[in-house]
Order: sequence, then C-alpha cells, then structure tokens
Amino acid sequence: MSAHPDFLWADAEPKCGYDVVVIGAGGHGLATAYYLARNHGITNVAVLERGWLAGGNMARNTTIIRSNYLWDASAAIYEHSLKLWEGLSAELDYDILFSQRGVLNLAHSLPDVRESIRRVNANRLNGVDAEWLSPAEVKKLVPIINTSQELRYPVLGATFQPRAGIAKHDHVAWAYARAAHQLGVHLIQNCEVTGFRRDGERVTAVHTSRGTIEAGRVALCAAGHTSVLAQELGFRLPLASHPLQALVSELLEQVLDTVVMSNAIHVYVSQAHKGELVMGAGIDVYNGYGQRGSFHVIESQLAAAVELFPVFARAHVLRTWAGIVDVSPDASPVLGLTPVENVFVNCGWGTGGFKATPGAGWVYADTIAHARPHPLAAPFTLDRFTTGALVDEHGAAAVAH
Amino acid sequence: MLSIPCPWCGLRDETEFHYGGQAHVAYPADPAALSDAEWAGYLFLRDNPKGWFAERWFHSAGCRRWFNAVRHTVTYEFAAAYPPFTPPPKASGVSR
Repeated sequence: MSAHPDFLWADAEPKCGYDVVVIGAGGHGLATAYYLARNHGITNVAVLERGWLAGGNMARNTTIIRSNYLWDASAAIYEHSLKLWEGLSAELDYDILFSQRGVLNLAHSLPDVRESIRRVNANRLNGVDAEWLSPAEVKKLVPIINTSQELRYPVLGATFQPRAGIAKHDHVAWAYARAAHQLGVHLIQNCEVTGFRRDGERVTAVHTSRGTIEAGRVALCAAGHTSVLAQELGFRLPLASHPLQALVSELLEQVLDTVVMSNAIHVYVSQAHKGELVMGAGIDVYNGYGQRGSFHVIESQLAAAVELFPVFARAHVLRTWAGIVDVSPDASPVLGLTPVENVFVNCGWGTGGFKATPGAGWVYADTIAHARPHPLAAPFTLDRFTTGALVDEHGAAAVAH
Repeated sequence: MLSIPCPWCGLRDETEFHYGGQAHVAYPADPAALSDAEWAGYLFLRDNPKGWFAERWFHSAGCRRWFNAVRHTVTYEFAAAYPPFTPPPKASGVSR
C-alpha cells in the first residue's frame, strides 16, 4: 500500500490578526485569497472555514462553466471568468481537467427559440462565442439525444457555446489552496465564525470557535450562509437560501461529450471524466439550510433526462445530495461594499457560483484591496435594489433556476 | 418530500403545494411616503433565518387556500400551521 500523498497546503494556527479575513474556504474564498496575494500583494490573509476546505457548494455543484448570459453586465463578468478558466491550469500549475466540450442550452417552445436566438445575438455582440443549432445539428453533435418532434417538449434547437465546458471541482479548490498557501495565505479549517467585534461603523475582529481574530477587512464568502453572517453584522441582504440538488450515476462508458442543459424541463447533464453522468435540476422551492432536498425534484429531473436521453433509462443513480444556494431577487450576484465600513460581500451567485470562481475571486479581491467595486462588479452592488437597476437574469440566463 | 400540515386538510404531500415565502410581510400602509430604501426593503428584503421561519403555503392541488406555517429551515420540521392574517402560535418559536 502506498503512503499517503503529501498535502498540498499546511493547516495554519490562527494568528491574533490579519489584514484581510475571508470567511468561507470554498472556491470563491480560496480564489479571492489567491488574487489578493497575487494581484495586490496582500498576503497577510486568513481564510476561515467552518467545516473542511471546499466541502460546501464547491463539493456539491455540477461543474458547468459557461458565459452565455443575456445581459451585458453578466456576460462581462462570466466571460472574464471563462478567460481565466482557459489559463488556470497553467497559472496554478495544476491540472484542473478543464474540458471545453461545449454547452448546449435546449429550446423546447417558440418562446424558447426566440429567447435563445436573441441571447446568441447578444452574446456575439459581447464577444462571447455563441451559435444557434437546428435540431438536426443538435443530433449530429449529441447522437444519443432524442430529437423526435413527438416528445411533450420536443427539441426545437439549441444555443451552443463551444468554449464552455466542465472542470474537476476538487482540483480547482486544491490548486487555489496550494497557490494561496505558497503566497503566505493562512487556510484555517474547523473555524466557525460566531460573531463580530464592532467599533462604531467598523468591525475590528471576528469571534470564532478557535478564538477572536482581529481583522483589518472582512470579506464574506459564505454562499448560502451569508445571511446568517449578515444578521450577526446587523444588516439584511436580498437573499433566500434554498437547497439545490444534484446526482450522479454509476460509472458508464463515455456516451456524452457535450454539456446539455434544458431550462424548460429542468435538467442539465454532463458526463464526468471518470464516466459518471452528473445531473442537476432546479432548486427546491422552500427556504432551507438542510443540505438535502425533496425526492420528487430528483424524480422529475430524471424523468426529463430519460425523455431526452432514452439510453439513460438503464443507468442507476449512485448518490444524490444538495448544496445551499443563495438566490437573489434578480438571479444575479451581489458583490461589493456593505453598510459596515470594512466588511465586503460576495454572495447571491445562486445556482451559478462554480463557473464564476476565478472571475469572482479576481473581481472581489480587487474590490477588497481598493475598497470600491471593481468595474465588473459595479452593476452588482447592493445599491441596485434601491435604484431599481436590476440585472434580471431570471429566465434570461439559460439556466434552470 | 415534505409532509405539510394544511390547517384545513391535514398532512399532505409537498407536491400539492405552492410556496409563498416569508409570512407576515404587510403591504406598506402609505407606499408613496416610503423612501427608495424603505420601498426596496419591502420589495426585496426578506428574513432568511437558519432556524424557525414563518412562511406562506398555498394548497394549490387541494383546498386552494393560503395559510401560514412555522417550519425549521435546517430540520424542515413543522411546528405550526395556522390561517392567514393570524399571528403564529406562541409555542412555535417565532415571535412576530
């Protein structure tokens, strides 16, 4: 039996204080810490994690990466992220198994077709690769898909982003963790933030299960648990936390080399490198922090998957799980300053956080370093809920919310 | 699947219901008097607690009536279900 491989980073004992304390060691938190050090020379940074590193939504997503969003502000930040993905294995010197196998977003009705073609045009104007494919072209790309027009929700075509794809989520987290650690960032696991020490409009320290840690700046990066932290800080966020379920089949021969998503019938599927079919659906409707959802959601996503891919009927579900996603009223992220002077927020990514990992980390680190929203974050600040300048990606983003 | 206690029909499967989010959010008495921030608060800000939560459900595939319930957002346990426009039972752990 071989020895345990070397750890990629070392666990740190908390110091008495840091210039920046990032709360949450998921993908976004790790990327933020890395870019704080790499781009801004801020290395006196701790990333605090309640559980274990990248064990929340980073371990629970379906790893889909794309940037084919409708609105300019969304396309800009997700395309920034996709460009970072394209160089990430080299940047971090770690194979993240980034596979640009393309993403299809199916259209099943005339409104879907119109929305899709509009989105393809909007994407092209924003420099995002996008094509409209006919049912025959979809069938050529994905031979196992059922394009019979007899289906209840037939495939009437699809948008296709060739540069989109998947990556290995664990490798992404480990690569960022190692790179951040090498630059001097402290990664502190099993360290739950329980409260904050205030001095007027500022936070001076975070109270944790491992003692009080002084903080120059505090960066919230806790996804579905951000509302819980905001409550401790005394402000409200426009978020609802929901379970979002996913599942994998047992290992199968490779049958699907494209990511296929359907907003209308609520299923998205890819086949991982090892061979599992990885599938997700829409959120469970109720607010929940339980990291599990209702079985009927799984049942309906599988029904949709089997109708689209009859060959899946004989595949067995290996396991199902849920992550807690923080959904905002316009299905766009919240990134920027907060009512507390030295506290910053990155949340509201809802069902789309994984694909944003490098871009969100880059933009958030810049926002924290300069104490003002990065230009790509400017449309996504909390102010938009007061001004009314929402970035309404609900129904526009080709995603099953 | 949740088993939801409709006050009129008893325990029914979740698939019979439509979710309505936080309960007891009153329409502002004088909307025109609100500042933009206050209006944003009414439109967009809702409690999102990790714990007991008073929320609205609609028994859409049953008696087709709205009601309120107090549910725990981690265990998903229901503590109470009660008609709309009535306060939550005191024992349910929700104060408003």
